[in-house]
Amino acid sequence: MIALEARPEPSRALAWLSPLIALAITVVVAAALFAALGRDPVQGLRMFLYEPLNGARGVSEVALKSTPLILCALGLALCFRSNVWNIGAEGQFLLGAITGGGLALFFTANQIAIERWVFFPLVIVAGALGGMVWAGIVAMLRDRFNASEILVSLMLVYVANLLLSYLVFGPWKDPKGFNFPQTMSFASGTTLPRIVTGLRAHWGLAVALLAAAVMWVFMFRTFRGYQLQVGGLAPAAARYAGFSSRRALWTALLVSGGLAGVAGAFEAVGPAGQLTPHLSTGYGFTAIIVAFVGRLHPVGCVLGSVLLSMFLIGGELSQSRIGLPSALTGVFQGVLLFSLLACDTLITYRFRWRGPMLARGAAA
Amino acid sequence: MNEIALLIAATLSAGTPLAIAGLGLLINERAGVLNLGAEGMMLIAAVAGFAVAFHTGSDTLAFAAGAVAGALSAAVFGVLVIWMNTNQYATGLALSLFGAGFSAFVGIGYVGKKLAERPSFELPWLAELPLIGVALFRQHPMVYLTILVTAFAAWVLYRTRTGLVLRAVGESPESAHALGYPVRPLRLAAVMTGGALCGVSGAYLSVVYAPLWVEGMVAGRGWIALALTTFATWRPARVLLGAYLFGGVTMLQLHLQGQGVQVPSQFMSMLPYLATIVVLVLISRNPTWIRVNMPASLGKPFHPGH
Repeated sequence: MIALEARPEPSRALAWLSPLIALAITVVVAAALFAALGRDPVQGLRMFLYEPLNGARGVSEVALKSTPLILCALGLALCFRSNVWNIGAEGQFLLGAITGGGLALFFTANQIAIERWVFFPLVIVAGALGGMVWAGIVAMLRDRFNASEILVSLMLVYVANLLLSYLVFGPWKDPKGFNFPQTMSFASGTTLPRIVTGLRAHWGLAVALLAAAVMWVFMFRTFRGYQLQVGGLAPAAARYAGFSSRRALWTALLVSGGLAGVAGAFEAVGPAGQLTPHLSTGYGFTAIIVAFVGRLHPVGCVLGSVLLSMFLIGGELSQSRIGLPSALTGVFQGVLLFSLLACDTLITYRFRWRGPMLARGAAA
Repeated sequence: MNEIALLIAATLSAGTPLAIAGLGLLINERAGVLNLGAEGMMLIAAVAGFAVAFHTGSDTLAFAAGAVAGALSAAVFGVLVIWMNTNQYATGLALSLFGAGFSAFVGIGYVGKKLAERPSFELPWLAELPLIGVALFRQHPMVYLTILVTAFAAWVLYRTRTGLVLRAVGESPESAHALGYPVRPLRLAAVMTGGALCGVSGAYLSVVYAPLWVEGMVAGRGWIALALTTFATWRPARVLLGAYLFGGVTMLQLHLQGQGVQVPSQFMSMLPYLATIVVLVLISRNPTWIRVNMPASLGKPFHPGH
């Protein structure tokens, strides 16, 4: 019989190989699924793994989708390392979209002229504050009342969705919008500067990459970051050392909420250019997968975001080209995370063939 | 008066899916496993149930399909968590994310499809009673069945050897293992039972309650059911009570909207989610109360031989 046996020491090689093995498994499953649906597996896989990065436009689209994913995933990585299970990044993203988009709407509706580069830092602050408030509620309820951050943060996703929907159906609806649930299009001064004219990728990407660098320093080169991780790995040891778990909770949630909020604000004043009820395509949830695939490491989060962006674009391509619903992306995302978690077992355990010989040896 | 009777009837109907799912989750949490994949399992089961009801026209088969779909997806989670020792939170989340994607993918052909007209369910004689008949006795059989299943689950948990062993596995798997009970198969059985009940709940939503299929139609009920188990301090009867309470909140907001109350509908729709948060806060406020009632090994992996 095959049994799992703890390794004397966790395998470092497998810790980094595991996402690649998981990706390989996902590719095999995907190929099988394409074949089962009567589509050419090679063509199908090309749409997910090659075409998204083909050409300047492709790269720009990947960068565009990676930006919110990186921002959300960085915060989640910090949370999960601190053993804070914030799974409501989607809600914090939406709040950031509301505050960031609200700011743009304020300038647009009052016809206040503003330079793009002046607006840029303002919208970052607005988005971050929105996300931090939403995550702050979670932190406060956990801190004061011990309420599960998992359930509270998730419930707040639905509340944020309804709040956005209320605004765009109600007070923020474009009076000249033929009654469509959307705000007016933001004035050009209140949108994000693009990296290359004609391509949708914007300078928010630079902010996301900078955030990744800062997060790396914070996690691995500051005492505060170290305290957070000890609290996550060994709560008892952290308590003994006098590291405050309350402070860790608040730090992790406010940082991740802020980052998700910035992502939401960027989405609103970037590619969307207005607020609509369906602003997010689930970046906050996809970012959970990114964080795990990226080994809860800032660099990994960047790489993971690129991969998951390719999945998102692949789903869109498969819908337009071979008529498979774009929900295919969700299936592949799920398979990827499942395989990853299974592979991660092999970091700390290994398979052993436990034959009758061994059993007898153990009995003797 | 008749309005109140209708409101009570609607409350029972809205509370039923929460009660079934909550009960299922309670069973697997009693065995020490926390499955955050409830939402995903319910979505997969909802689409499976709807598809079967659409093609066969049989509610019974639809519920069976939902139960099987729920149990199978729970089995994937169970094997990963129980044998591969993966993180329970992360694996449950994976199931929820996978379920959302998978159900949307599989269900795309059923969006906008209608099920045949539902027969009305009236209990002979009782349904004719004034008010009470309207309030209580014109429900889908699943509503009554849920109450029976709750009573049965309470009896099994507290009055039978099976229940005792199950609780032992959740409280102290080491002791149960030392006594020779197969902890891991028992946990898998509990997880699959939980999945099957979540599946029945999902099928109820798409076949009886809605009755239609749209992407993401479970709308957080899986997560609310998870909150219910905490609210109920892991006791079956209280899950039922909590479920009706939430059903009541849902129906009250719909009722008020229907009455033309001048509050934007979106704020009304927030009520069930806000109620969940409020309830969690009230119940979790006292950490000792939770610690005393929570299965001691909830969420902790068990690896024999360590």
